[in-house]
Amino acid sequence: MSDQLTLTPNIAGADDFYAELLTAHEGLSKADSDALNARLVLVLANHIGDRVILSQALAAAALKSEE
Amino acid sequence: MNKIFEIPLYAYERSPDQDADTPVRRKVVVVGAGPIGLGAAIDFAQQGIEVVILDDNDKVSFGSRAVCYAKRPLEILDRLGCGKPMVDKGVEWNIGKVFFDERQVYQFDLLPEGGHEFPAFINLQQYYFEEYMVNRVRELQAEGAPIEIRGRNKVLKVEEHGDHASVLVDTPEGQYTLEADWLVACDGATSPIRAMMGLDFVGRIFEDNFLIADVIMDAEFPTERWFWFDPPFNKGQSALLHKQPDGVWRIDLQLGWDIDKEEEKKPENVIPRLKAMLGDDVQFELEWVSIYTFQCRRMETFRQGRVIFAGDAAHQVSPFGARGANSGLQDTDNLCWKLKLIMDGTAPESLLDSYDYERIHGADENIMNSSRSTDFITPKSEMSRVLRDAVLDLSEVHAFARPLVNSGRLSVPCTYDGSPLNSADALDGPARTRPGSPCPDVPLGDDFLLPKLGDKFTLLTIDADAPDEIEESGITVTRLALSTKNDPSQMLKERFLGGAEAGVYLIRPDQHVAARRPSYDDNLIRAAIRRAIGKE
Repeated sequence: MSDQLTLTPNIAGADDFYAELLTAHEGLSKADSDALNARLVLVLANHIGDRVILSQALAAAALKSEE
Repeated sequence: MNKIFEIPLYAYERSPDQDADTPVRRKVVVVGAGPIGLGAAIDFAQQGIEVVILDDNDKVSFGSRAVCYAKRPLEILDRLGCGKPMVDKGVEWNIGKVFFDERQVYQFDLLPEGGHEFPAFINLQQYYFEEYMVNRVRELQAEGAPIEIRGRNKVLKVEEHGDHASVLVDTPEGQYTLEADWLVACDGATSPIRAMMGLDFVGRIFEDNFLIADVIMDAEFPTERWFWFDPPFNKGQSALLHKQPDGVWRIDLQLGWDIDKEEEKKPENVIPRLKAMLGDDVQFELEWVSIYTFQCRRMETFRQGRVIFAGDAAHQVSPFGARGANSGLQDTDNLCWKLKLIMDGTAPESLLDSYDYERIHGADENIMNSSRSTDFITPKSEMSRVLRDAVLDLSEVHAFARPLVNSGRLSVPCTYDGSPLNSADALDGPARTRPGSPCPDVPLGDDFLLPKLGDKFTLLTIDADAPDEIEESGITVTRLALSTKNDPSQMLKERFLGGAEAGVYLIRPDQHVAARRPSYDDNLIRAAIRRAIGKE
């Protein structure tokens, strides 16, 4: 496994994924949507597992550029 | 009916020191007869050091207070001669259940590692804990040990003089001054000694209140730890149910910040809360109720010349994870042997710098762990709560989320990585026994390793040759020779050798590893001994 977070396009069928993400939130209240997002973050984080990558992901999400 | 905490166990008695023309100088004066002060005093007395304990009270802890005691402190207490009665009386538990809202989300088993003489945890009321320690003090006195508890001796003033300290003490029969070569302040989180010396105690304040109640009931609840997040009977807050000996149950209910403490403490307000939790049909009697808030903070340094701070006086944590009394006993375990060597002139006074280094390291680790538990149990922002609830919801369905649930982390002793007393690790052995680590226990036939280490420097050799005794810089190091040929459980090999063929360990009086090597090397072991007493 690479110890570098992937920040280049990596999802095949990106539009499909994005549509699925929106669908998952459809009809949910703000609170339920926030809860869903939180669970999704935790599920994905566990799948990644690698602490270095997770820290890089947190920095990337905060719109901080690498070093 | 008189409870043990209502009986004066060390009633005031006039001391000849009160009638002396000039203040009497004692070797060690310990302020505070709680678990830490008593632990320190017993340790000093067992090493033949004269010690006087001053306490403003004359009874053991009022109410159960600290109820969870972990393995390492129990091992220390065994060395102090009072660990076994505590385990005999205490309640052992392994199963924990976590509830969220109206449902149980999961249960866990602590699955304690085998091959240890002492359990991972016991629950025991602090008043029993202190009573057994006072019993031990009486036993030592009967043997002629120089140890004394002075009840209703309240310290009014403290002065540090460079080569000693003095205290002005108030008693029912007036004031007197007492001097000490060393003053050990174990006077709790609100430490009057610390305040009198004007020392900082900074950290994080948690804006929350917890109602704590000891309830006597004959209920069918099993011996388990139950923790509720956001339960129907305490909406938006948390709750804990834990068993103690004698059919006493500890109940902790989070109340939030904006409450009237005096109102909430009244039985007419407490009882309906407990009924909502336990059910209307459960008969119970309230033994003790208190409301507490907490902070996570520590002193910048635990020593001011001849005044040394230990336990909650030096550092304070949230109660989650049972790190208060447990870490305090590790403070005095770290301190007493060092002070003994300094008093004997065997070690330089600078050895005490390592007390600061090692126990500040321990305090910071405990503060970090207990702050994290607190942040999980009592989320302080909207998103913190959203994430916390996400973890709990996931934990019901997916195993991966369960390790993230934090209702308090088991208190484990810290490893003194980077301590100036450690020698470089020269053995390709297990990480858990690297220099700085507390020795894990190991079964040795019908016996165990830790009692054989005792409270002196030991050279533990495993399938390795070495002299039976080494004299270095005033320290006598005795060899304990063990072999993996006599290790049916393989735990000695697993915990001390790992992949290595043989090992030589230099172990400190507090049973932490100072150095380890694959074989005995006279020059290097002697250097390691000098380093471990602050002479290298």
